[in-house]
Amino acid sequence: MSASSAFNDEKGGSSSVGEPEYGHDPASGGIFSSDYKRHDDLKEMLDSNKDSLKLEAMKRIVAMIARGKNASDLFPAVVKNVACKNIEVKKLVYVYLVRYAEEQQDLALLSISTFQRGLKDPNQLIRASALRVLSSIRVTIIVPIMMLAIKEAASDMSPYVRKTAAHAIPKLYSLDPEQKDQLIEVIEKLLADKTTLVAGSVVMAFEEVCPERIDLIHKNYRKLCNLLIDVEEWGQVVIINMLTRYARTQFLNPNINESLLEEGGSGEKTFYGSDDEEDEDEEEKEKKAETAAMAKRKPYVMDPDHRLLLRNTKPLLQSRNAAVVMAVAQLYFHLAPKAEVGVIAKALVRLLRSHSEVQYVVLQNVATMTIKRRGMFEPYLKSFYIRSTDPTQIKVLKLEVLTNLANETNISTILREFQTYIKSMDKDFVAATIQAIGRCATNIGEVRDTCLNGLVQLLSNRDELVVAESVVVIKKLLQMQPEKHSDIIKHMAKLTDNIQVPMARASILWLIGEYCEHVPKIAPDVLRKMAKSFTNEEDIVKLQIINLAAKLYLTNSKQTKLLTQYVLNLAKYDQNYDIRDRARFIRQLIVPTEKSGALSKYAKKLFLALKPAPVLESPFKDRDHFQLGSLSHLLNAKAGGYQELPDWPEAAPDPSVRNVEVPEWTKCSSREKRKEKKVEKPFYSDSEGESGPTESADSESDSGSGSESASGSEVSASGSESEESEEGSESEEEEQKDKKKTKKELKKPVQESESEQSSEEEERKHARKSKISKSESESESDEEDESESESSESESEDSESEAEVKKKKKAAESKPPCKPVKKENKKEKKEISLLDLDDFDPTPSPQVTPVNSFLSSSLVTDLEGLSLSDSVLAPATMAPSSALKSYELLHRITGEGLQVEFCFSRQPFSPDANMVAVQMHFTNNASADAKSLHMEDVKLQSGMRVREFPEIELLPAGETATAVMGIDFCDSTQAANFQLCTQTRKFFVSIQPPVGELMRPVFLTENEFKKEQGQLMGMNEITEKLTLDATCRNEHTIVQRVTAAANLSRVPCGSDKECRFAGRTVTSGSLVLVTVVTREEGAAQLTVNCEKMVIGTMLVKDILLALTQ
Amino acid sequence: MIHSLFLINASGDIFLEKHWKSVVSRSVCDYFFEAQERATEPENVPPVIPTPHHYLISVLRHRIYFVAVIQSEVPPLFVIEFLHRVVDTFQDYFGVCTEAAIKDNVVVVYELLEEMLDNGFPLATESNILKELIKPPTILRTMVNTITGSTNVGEQLPTGQLSVVPWRRTGVKYTNNEAYFDVVEEIDAIIDKSGSTITAEIQGVIDACVKLTGMPDLTLSFMNPRLLDDVSFHPCVRFKRWEAERILSFIPPDGNFRLLSYHVSSQNLVAIPVYVKHNITFREGSSQGRFDLTLGPKQTMGKAVESVLVSSQLPRGVLNTNLNPSQGTYTFDPVTKLLTWDVGKINPQKLPSLKGTMSLQAGASKPDENPTINIQFKIQQMAISGLKVNRLDMYGEKYKPFKGIKYMTKAGKFQVRT
Repeated sequence: MSASSAFNDEKGGSSSVGEPEYGHDPASGGIFSSDYKRHDDLKEMLDSNKDSLKLEAMKRIVAMIARGKNASDLFPAVVKNVACKNIEVKKLVYVYLVRYAEEQQDLALLSISTFQRGLKDPNQLIRASALRVLSSIRVTIIVPIMMLAIKEAASDMSPYVRKTAAHAIPKLYSLDPEQKDQLIEVIEKLLADKTTLVAGSVVMAFEEVCPERIDLIHKNYRKLCNLLIDVEEWGQVVIINMLTRYARTQFLNPNINESLLEEGGSGEKTFYGSDDEEDEDEEEKEKKAETAAMAKRKPYVMDPDHRLLLRNTKPLLQSRNAAVVMAVAQLYFHLAPKAEVGVIAKALVRLLRSHSEVQYVVLQNVATMTIKRRGMFEPYLKSFYIRSTDPTQIKVLKLEVLTNLANETNISTILREFQTYIKSMDKDFVAATIQAIGRCATNIGEVRDTCLNGLVQLLSNRDELVVAESVVVIKKLLQMQPEKHSDIIKHMAKLTDNIQVPMARASILWLIGEYCEHVPKIAPDVLRKMAKSFTNEEDIVKLQIINLAAKLYLTNSKQTKLLTQYVLNLAKYDQNYDIRDRARFIRQLIVPTEKSGALSKYAKKLFLALKPAPVLESPFKDRDHFQLGSLSHLLNAKAGGYQELPDWPEAAPDPSVRNVEVPEWTKCSSREKRKEKKVEKPFYSDSEGESGPTESADSESDSGSGSESASGSEVSASGSESEESEEGSESEEEEQKDKKKTKKELKKPVQESESEQSSEEEERKHARKSKISKSESESESDEEDESESESSESESEDSESEAEVKKKKKAAESKPPCKPVKKENKKEKKEISLLDLDDFDPTPSPQVTPVNSFLSSSLVTDLEGLSLSDSVLAPATMAPSSALKSYELLHRITGEGLQVEFCFSRQPFSPDANMVAVQMHFTNNASADAKSLHMEDVKLQSGMRVREFPEIELLPAGETATAVMGIDFCDSTQAANFQLCTQTRKFFVSIQPPVGELMRPVFLTENEFKKEQGQLMGMNEITEKLTLDATCRNEHTIVQRVTAAANLSRVPCGSDKECRFAGRTVTSGSLVLVTVVTREEGAAQLTVNCEKMVIGTMLVKDILLALTQ
Repeated sequence: MIHSLFLINASGDIFLEKHWKSVVSRSVCDYFFEAQERATEPENVPPVIPTPHHYLISVLRHRIYFVAVIQSEVPPLFVIEFLHRVVDTFQDYFGVCTEAAIKDNVVVVYELLEEMLDNGFPLATESNILKELIKPPTILRTMVNTITGSTNVGEQLPTGQLSVVPWRRTGVKYTNNEAYFDVVEEIDAIIDKSGSTITAEIQGVIDACVKLTGMPDLTLSFMNPRLLDDVSFHPCVRFKRWEAERILSFIPPDGNFRLLSYHVSSQNLVAIPVYVKHNITFREGSSQGRFDLTLGPKQTMGKAVESVLVSSQLPRGVLNTNLNPSQGTYTFDPVTKLLTWDVGKINPQKLPSLKGTMSLQAGASKPDENPTINIQFKIQQMAISGLKVNRLDMYGEKYKPFKGIKYMTKAGKFQVRT
């Protein structure tokens, strides 16, 4: 509604704007009639059907535009060519269109359909460019079209198109601010985008459209921090500036304790730049009290997100782009703990090598920083030394920095440097130097006399400007301790004869007047001379002459009464009314008349009151309330669109708002935990009785199930993230319980546990059955089973019909150990299990990678995966029935309490199918929390790659955490070395995979197996004879041991004397085929066929070991 | 962000304008001209000028002012850095960035500006992407274009914009695969009257010219990486690798680029390769001054100091000079009072000198100030900091590239106070 009404308004508005234009047209046509003629040839060329002529015409038109000539009358001729095939013509037409569309709105509409067509083009670059030009046409009528196009592009497949959509947002917003709400929705959507291409542009849009909606950032904060380094440089600047503001609203002041000291100790109001002093004081007190209270309450602990921002921005100090460096520098200045701010100094000093404009901006910011944190730049003092070739504005800024950096220890070097500057030919710079000396003198008491002497020497300089400036500065210095320096005042009195610069004369007169008691003899004489030249003086000098006269009259009226009268009379008739006013005022005040009021009694007090010494302050003081690096800071005035840098909050807002539902790694790990659990459970849960009720599972979707835990685990595997997070935790708890249970139960004989379990379940089932129809209850109980006891799915899922079930049962029974394993993939439960398919469908598609079904995050894909599931289930079926073997990565002694174990989870690593998933299990046995666990310094053999696990922000003492990383071992058993880092320590660790983990199971039929084996004969076949271990003579154990040693899947085989296994290496996908043929008396023969002979040889060794022990 | 751009030449003509949002009248530049008048020297024009409705941010390069018009808060460095990038791009495209070159190629300039900014926000600033979009004009191509009517605009779409390595063109092919690296160090120094060093530091860059087929992955390691105190990288360099191993690992852009710039830590003493003996005096009362300058090499590790150029801004009181160089040529501009002496190569056996008198304004008092002497020089085959490249390896491609590394030392801002 609002959109359409806005649309109408705009339409009305535009037409009313259009009218006066038409009114002008005839007139301008008359004036520029010659132009019209001249453009005729261009029109002709544009109308021709030769591209080269069109191009030539467009080039001439663009050249006209570039020179600022008006080419708007060609609009109709140009716009016709918008659909031209020639790319360059097209581009130039776009240039023209964007430039003049605003003036010729109606005609511009002719081109819109071309772009609308372009928006649908299959090529992403054409879509993007269509959107780009469409959104650049500033015609209000097309606002709805643009809105639609932006919305569509925001969900485009191509990140480049999405980036263009982000760019279009501010364009539309400036065209029609009423679209704000809709645009914010688009921004919100794009902010969630995970590609670096989009990030910078969308934050830019955010800053232009809705910088106040800081809440939109919460969920994306960590992602932005992590993406930052890969975003293009311009985007980095925008994101960093935005995050600075964000951090100021969300985190606590890291310097809270120090700022307390600062305020309390020095009493300086460093915090506020506001003018209202009283308010300020109150506020300050309040704040002080509060901060003090807070500091007492708890020591400051930095929010890990705050740390994340600081850590991720720091490398950008190395950027070649000065704007990026400056952005990081201001971020550190505003957000970092005092001790860490120093790192930016080096980078900023480096920028001083750049172009003078860059220097100018950087020096301005450095000047502000040096006031607050002088120590930071002290080591770089010499980098601010001035060269004669610097432009004056740079010199002055460097001088400012040098002055700010001056302290007791370095003042002598600085003054020596200043001395050379005074001899410079650049007089403006010399004047600035003299002022700088004055400031050093006021700030550092020790050198005041030295400076004063130096300045007095300058009074004899030949250059009047230098002398004048010195006088002004000396005046200020003398005001601090006049009594000591009457001879300097005398010296200056003599200067009045020569110095012509008004400011200097005025300063001298003021000095003599103020301290006339120190120079009683000279002062009246000076007044005499001045009275003589009064009429020729400048206004400020005249005012000071009147002042001097008044003061002398009060102290020494005997000598000066007549002179004063004379001066006042002169002033009375002066042209300047200020001077006339002053004269009248002073006369009334000092000359006692009968009418004069009570005031004249106090005249002396009024005129000769002790005046406070001036404080020579840096013009950069208090500029830091503007965000550094901003335009507003540079101008020391608020620029349009400037976003205030908020003060730190008193108490940190809830940090959990930044939690993204479930970070990637937790998801995996929790899921994997569950799977592990299942792996353990099969032992006891494997009961035939269950198979009946659970059969129907495959036809049922998990929705609508009544039992919480079951649905929890189900949904978490396949459902939405949010659900997952909640329910995941539930199920995790349960898992823990379960684990305990299993441990206990494992000790018992398998049979017992089975029966226990089944009886439990059956009880429940009965209870339900009474309420619900049979089939439903069955499905539910099935799910329940899974979650609680992880009943064997292989069987339960098998069959649709009872008869089938039976068959399968037989099959299953023949390999009892396999059953339990299937539970690994909960999701797949409902799918038809592999075994059945085998039985009924002799030609399953064996090559589908397991990744598909594991990655599927929605129910739909899971269901779609039904046909694919066989390959997935195959590995599951054959996975070792024991828990995965875990290896120690870091012992808790060497790890100082941090213990890390890893195991090969045998899950496909979802981000990269060529990587082996390594599941790391962190246990913090120390008493302190471990922070920011992450990997660094990965050293690999060439070709190997690692996908690092996401950083674990915090591992509280006594807690455990799990993370998954992926390693591409390149089918070699070379170790991956890296450093495991906590916030404080680094540990060198390495992961070396057993050869059996370098493969993933594949499913082959018997025929395929034989066919493949036939192709891998000769060199690729390795055969070993062996004697099986006494405990290992049945088929079941053999399968178990082989699958434990290598990640292979079993291949069905007609003979019960033969066991076959198949897999592929993870990286190269070479087939690995293993056959174990058993003979009498434990004799057996092992055959491995593998294209990679090294792998084959190693695998033979490993399997031999597994079977003979 | 950036609304409009105006290019203004030394004589104050606006010879190009480009608008990315609504058109801003060129009268806004009047504020700039005002500021220009106030500033005595061209480089003293403030880079940021506020006007009632806009802010003007300008850079001066090659005697052209690039004036960007902005309307609201934006980091000034953002704009300045972008403008410099524009100039660099022009230079890259046309060889020089002069008013004439820009006017000759106005269409290409316009196309470039169109691609570089979208709605005032930088879009494509990598020269590799731009070159894919718009081919740089060459004499040959210009001729072919005029005859055949073909265009400078690339036919293929700029896939580089979509890639993860946006700085590298795709499908690069060379018959000769070569990678050359120039290590260039500059000495910035201030030497005081007595010849002692007040401040000296070394800044270095590694410029590369890489012409390699395909997607090569290079690593460059140093013998003594600890020398590098503060570094800034081309975005292609993998920062983590540098942090961990002090090795530069990168997929290079195609063509010329600056790989690295660095600062040699100030703890290291800087060897100053030349010394200057000078005696410049003005006597009170006389209208003559003495000028005596001798240059000599020191700490050059046996390498010759070449391309020596001495310049000095003499005081305003100097009317003319009558000097005698032992080698090279000297000029004195009586208007700007700039003395330049092109020395050439320093021969250690026969030190170059410049001696003679300066004539001063009659009757005027002697100038207070002594001129500073700026020196430029080059030393081939040496990096003064001692930085050495250890090795360069290439991964990811099969062929063997030609590799070359060249060292050079130059004077940066090298000043001698007298």
